[in-house]
Amino acid sequence: MSDAVFVRKEIVPGAPPPLAVGGLLGWMRRNLFSGWFNILMTAISIVLIVLVVPPLIRFYFTDAAWSGDSREACLGHSGACWPFVKAKFGQFVYGFYPIAERWRPNIVFALGAFLMAGLLIPRAPLKRLNAILFFAVFPVVALVLLGGGNFTLNQFIIGRIIPLAALLQGAQFFGLTVSFWLDFVLSAIAISAIVFFVARALGADGGFAGRTTAALFAVLGLALLALDINFGLVPVETRQWGGLLVTLVVSITGIVTSLPLGILLALGRRSHLPAVRIFSVCFIEFWRGVPLITVLFFATYMLPLFLPGGLTIDGLLRALIGVTLFSAAYMAEVIRGGLQAIPKGQTEAANALGLGYWQTMSKIVMPQALTLVIPGIVNNFIGLFKDTTLVMIVALFDLLGQIRAAFSDPAWATPTTLFTGFAFAGVIYFVFCFGMSRYSMFVERRTSAGRRR
Amino acid sequence: MSDITETRLPAAKPSRGSLLTDPRTRSILIQGTVLVLVCVALWFFISNGRANLAARNIQTGFGFLDQQAGFDISQTLIAYSDNASYGRVFLIGLLNTLLVAGLGVIFATIIGFGVGIARLSPNWLVSKLAEVYVEVIRNLPLLFQILFWYLGVLAAMPAARQSLSFFGLAYFNNRGVVLARPLFGDGSGIIGLALLAGIVLAFIVRRWAHRRQMRTGQPFPTIKTMLALIFGLPLVAYAATGFPISLEWPVLRGFNFAGGIRVIPEFVALLLALSTYTGGFIAEIVRAGIQSVNRGQSEAAGSLGLRPGPTLRFVVVPQALRVIIPPLTSQYLNLIKNSSLAVAIGYPDFFALFAGTTLNQTGQAIEIIAMTMAVYLVISLIISGLMNLYNQRMALVER
Repeated sequence: MSDAVFVRKEIVPGAPPPLAVGGLLGWMRRNLFSGWFNILMTAISIVLIVLVVPPLIRFYFTDAAWSGDSREACLGHSGACWPFVKAKFGQFVYGFYPIAERWRPNIVFALGAFLMAGLLIPRAPLKRLNAILFFAVFPVVALVLLGGGNFTLNQFIIGRIIPLAALLQGAQFFGLTVSFWLDFVLSAIAISAIVFFVARALGADGGFAGRTTAALFAVLGLALLALDINFGLVPVETRQWGGLLVTLVVSITGIVTSLPLGILLALGRRSHLPAVRIFSVCFIEFWRGVPLITVLFFATYMLPLFLPGGLTIDGLLRALIGVTLFSAAYMAEVIRGGLQAIPKGQTEAANALGLGYWQTMSKIVMPQALTLVIPGIVNNFIGLFKDTTLVMIVALFDLLGQIRAAFSDPAWATPTTLFTGFAFAGVIYFVFCFGMSRYSMFVERRTSAGRRR
Repeated sequence: MSDITETRLPAAKPSRGSLLTDPRTRSILIQGTVLVLVCVALWFFISNGRANLAARNIQTGFGFLDQQAGFDISQTLIAYSDNASYGRVFLIGLLNTLLVAGLGVIFATIIGFGVGIARLSPNWLVSKLAEVYVEVIRNLPLLFQILFWYLGVLAAMPAARQSLSFFGLAYFNNRGVVLARPLFGDGSGIIGLALLAGIVLAFIVRRWAHRRQMRTGQPFPTIKTMLALIFGLPLVAYAATGFPISLEWPVLRGFNFAGGIRVIPEFVALLLALSTYTGGFIAEIVRAGIQSVNRGQSEAAGSLGLRPGPTLRFVVVPQALRVIIPPLTSQYLNLIKNSSLAVAIGYPDFFALFAGTTLNQTGQAIEIIAMTMAVYLVISLIISGLMNLYNQRMALVER
């Protein structure tokens, strides 16, 4: 028996209350001060914020010059010189587009924004019509409005064999060259007829083939007609375009042209026909392997050497060709990703139902693949939008180029002009790109709703 | 009772067997069309090209590479004078591009991994700051950022006399950066050899340790040993040879610095812009890669008794790397291709020297642009080949 018994005589003091786990204090304790390392990181972060944020606010708002109409208004201020942006705003948006004609780009902006909104808002009706308007009609309308239309069309196909122009002696009809349109109609009929007979000889549906060809010619004819008619608009050379206008023209042309090209290339890359596949792979890998700027140089300096002697291409058009080839290759890879994600059963089921290749692709596979890669396409578009700044290097004035050119204006030479320009351009680019990336995240959430548990 | 009447289907007419619906004919027809179109296009471009060159009296060929270049270059890594040939210019440009791209890749990786991990930090402030960095950097055009660093930040640096000093090792001013230059005395070759030997030994040790662990299950402090070998051996050699490496400190003389390495501001601006820009993209890739590893993986590791450190090293990171490497490769390629934007600020990279100055002076557009594209294409193919090799080693071995 042991007498070493210990009995506690006094009551144990209560344990300290738990540290606050709720409320602001608890949140801070958990998220900001949970250990020595965390406290250190928090301190560093606060120092960084203090170093960056107040100067930015001072520059953009409190120290900025807000009113005035010359550089004198800005000289006393250490912040942004907003009168500079106000004075140059027209140039930043339209470049050297004649002031009296600025309503034309305005209409194009409004139309583009309206159609784009219709395409991007999921609940907006008439998607198909909207897509046709945006991808087929809008480019023609924009080209006529911005450039002035009234293009000179000389000969089509038959005109190169039979000298129609000489026969009709340049007859005009409402500003249309009669010889060209006679040429166009005759060529269209002739080619449709050839397609009809060849298809029938090969045992296919000749009527369908002929009608399709004729319909394609009709669409082409309408587009050419719009370009040819003299609407009485003052012609504005692309050299006078600039600023945000050029940025948007280049990026939207890039997306509109690269999407169909990219779809074709992606299908080509997954084709079972070796010649088609090899061609697509080479095309895609070549353009993806070189920097955009070499593509622009290629289009500016090398392309003119490879085209028929008399043909001169407009500087902006050259850049557009370069951007299109480049972005088509990237687009093709994005779409290929989508195609690969569609299970093979889909194609097999379509085949079992008797659908042909193009029917399978356009009705079964593509709709699924494209919805899947909308975020990728939007990301591509963001990249393209940012890359349009490179046209500055081939002497086109996009938004950034225009702002850079404005730095050297002696009438606005102040110590803060440069930073004001960067501050303004930065906000514009950020708003566009950030908006697009948020949109792509929104779409991603919507399309993945079915897969989310 | 059945009233099934036998109806005989009319015998199927032999189909007219359209040639167009026969898969083999179709395949030949389509491929033939593609080939013919490609050939016609090539013929069209080549014949036009020949006609145009003849009309403009341009001689084709690569003879211009031997001609005297006759212009100055602000940064040359190998000997160059203005009577060197265009071939030499080609080489200098290539080296300048590789220099800025190589350093850019290293810095971008460091920034990217740092910021990417910071975005996953439990510290709310840190992760928000990292997110703001990523969003701002990724949503502004690279050319904008290059111009901002060059025209905005570096030009606003103080003049040489008021240079910002970094412990005397580096001076920042509006003419670029001046760095202390290491001077290699007698015996520094031995240090280099020691470094090489350290690296080789470290890898041998790693192999041995891995094999031993596979065989016996006994771990070995591999990383500590490797670090000790790589850094320790050269340090020992440094001490043993009597400290032969010294620094040449830059000194302010008059209006500029004497001594040290002068780094031109174009290089600094380009390097800063490229590495911060690509770093932003890499950060997103790293974050996505780490988040793609199922939480169950680290929970399982925890229930097996692994502590957080080993869990990260042996469970999470190897799986995350699989997701990270392919997009990381394309970011590296983007960085190399983007380094051609140097032309906007006048850094003498390959593109600016060759497709810029040389093209202007010689007018050999076809050869020069073809060579430029070929060089970038070859660099891209080499890098993606190497990264594919690495990726194959990291990839999941499936059945």
